[in-house]
Amino acid sequence: MIAPSVTTMDTAPTGGRPKSRGSKRAWLFLSPLLILNGLVVLGPALATVYYAFTDWSGLGPATFIGFDNFTRAFADPAVHDALWHNVIWFVLFGSIPTAMGLLGAYLLSQVKRFQVLFRALYFIPYVVASVVNAAVWKMLLSPTSGIGHAMGIDHAWLGDPDTSLLSVNFVVDWHWWGFLAVVYLAAMQGVDPELYDAAKMDGANRWQQFTSVTLPGIRPTVVFLSLMTVIWTLKAFDYIFIMTGGGPAGSSEVVSTLMYKQAFNEYEAGYAAALGLTMTVIIGFVLAGYQYLKRKGWEE
Amino acid sequence: MTTSTLERPATKAAPRAARPMRSERRAMPVYYLILIALAVFAIGPMIALLFNAFKNNAEIGANPLSPPTSLSLSNFTEAWTRGDFATTMLNSAILCLGSVVGTCFVAGLAAYALSHLNVRGGNGVVAYLFLSSALPVQLFVVPLFFMWTNLGLTDTRPGLILIYIATDAPFAALLLRSFLLKIPHDFTEAARLDGASDWQIAWRVVLPLAWPGLLTVALIVGLWSWNEFFWAITFIHDPELRPISTSFMAFQDQYSTDWGLTSAAAIFMLGPVVLLFLLLQRKFVAGLTSGGIK
Repeated sequence: MIAPSVTTMDTAPTGGRPKSRGSKRAWLFLSPLLILNGLVVLGPALATVYYAFTDWSGLGPATFIGFDNFTRAFADPAVHDALWHNVIWFVLFGSIPTAMGLLGAYLLSQVKRFQVLFRALYFIPYVVASVVNAAVWKMLLSPTSGIGHAMGIDHAWLGDPDTSLLSVNFVVDWHWWGFLAVVYLAAMQGVDPELYDAAKMDGANRWQQFTSVTLPGIRPTVVFLSLMTVIWTLKAFDYIFIMTGGGPAGSSEVVSTLMYKQAFNEYEAGYAAALGLTMTVIIGFVLAGYQYLKRKGWEE
Repeated sequence: MTTSTLERPATKAAPRAARPMRSERRAMPVYYLILIALAVFAIGPMIALLFNAFKNNAEIGANPLSPPTSLSLSNFTEAWTRGDFATTMLNSAILCLGSVVGTCFVAGLAAYALSHLNVRGGNGVVAYLFLSSALPVQLFVVPLFFMWTNLGLTDTRPGLILIYIATDAPFAALLLRSFLLKIPHDFTEAARLDGASDWQIAWRVVLPLAWPGLLTVALIVGLWSWNEFFWAITFIHDPELRPISTSFMAFQDQYSTDWGLTSAAAIFMLGPVVLLFLLLQRKFVAGLTSGGIK
């Protein structure tokens, strides 16, 4: 149910009216959205493609320098570190919330009472603002007032380069898994209950039921969300920016925060554009790969 | 999503043979135990925040997670004035209202065209809307910032509202379109035969039937605008114009060791959202899970 926009792309009904009537009028209805989106999103996005090949501070004129920004990025140790952090982020963010979400959703689908209540409680961290969630966990992870302090471990989780990235990732996983649980629950409710009855008849235990009925039944949702995880990993910004600012000593820097600093602190807007473009190209490959797999029938 | 579908598997399983039922019953306490543990994990931090909002710093240092011993409101009153929450909440309310009204209008028109009018290239538009909501902001933030600076739109509320509308409208249009597709074409055709114009049909026939969809979109866009952080910190620097999200962050940096004060401030930002969510849970969940691509 999370992917209606992809799957229903070709199902627009075509009314019974003569074709000539209304098409121009229809574009009139579409124009406010397209003009505004073009001004804010598409235009600047195309401009980024150009600026990625220039030396530009953001204020003055831009000088065309070919692929210099990209060769610089390939050699830049800060970019290597940030990319590596993105990889770690992807592994953790792709596995922990998914496992917890599937667990929560499966248990919820099995119980009869308080289902709506649990669902609401799991969902709340997702609707709370990132700045608030970050503040809550800054407090709980602080060496002077947090959970560790209550248990006698005065460790600065966010201030130690060894744990900063993992700590922020933990907070992001915490706010995210409940959302996945709700999405997976909705998908699980679409699985034909008779399949479970048949599996039970065959003597399947709960784990077998889960792996042979539940998981195949919700596979399109799992595939789609796994794909989106790649995209969300590259977009990861808010919590890192708020909680550590990429520090200490770049230990939690990812590509998006690095890019932001290049653009707005270092006035290297051209270089930042190149980094942003690279991120987008990677996302484009992921989306294309998904479409390809879908055509091949992996999803269905 | 509705409760009737939630209960379907349970009622179907009820008349089954006794054996699987018994094993199900044996597993139930374990299930509830895990579900409760997950709920504590999800909500516990919020409870700790609420507790700490009533405690002073010495109390928090001594017992970081325990309930408060007194219900002192001094943190709240002090945070309210020191953080100027009257101003920032008003700013956020204006941003929410502007982006909700603007997005509903812009996305509503587009969704009407994509569901009830013949658009040549309509599928291309739908594909574009999907792709543009998957684009990372990092692709367009830099040129947008310098363009907005040249246009004098940075550090203004309308400038930020325009960005919110432009970035939220593609999702909103797709969601509204899926609502509008359920309105039978017979309705609009009948109105058309009576001589109504497209505008009249949109306004008099489709709009009254589209209220549930619009309400969902309004809630989600309102929530996003209230919580929004990235655009606000990039485009608004004037403290008088700052929304609650960035001003709260500045407040937290300023009083970073005064956990009682910052907890009370966090309640100001979180309270309205959680209350509204609990009241309209189903609408939020349905809308956000379909818009989770953002």
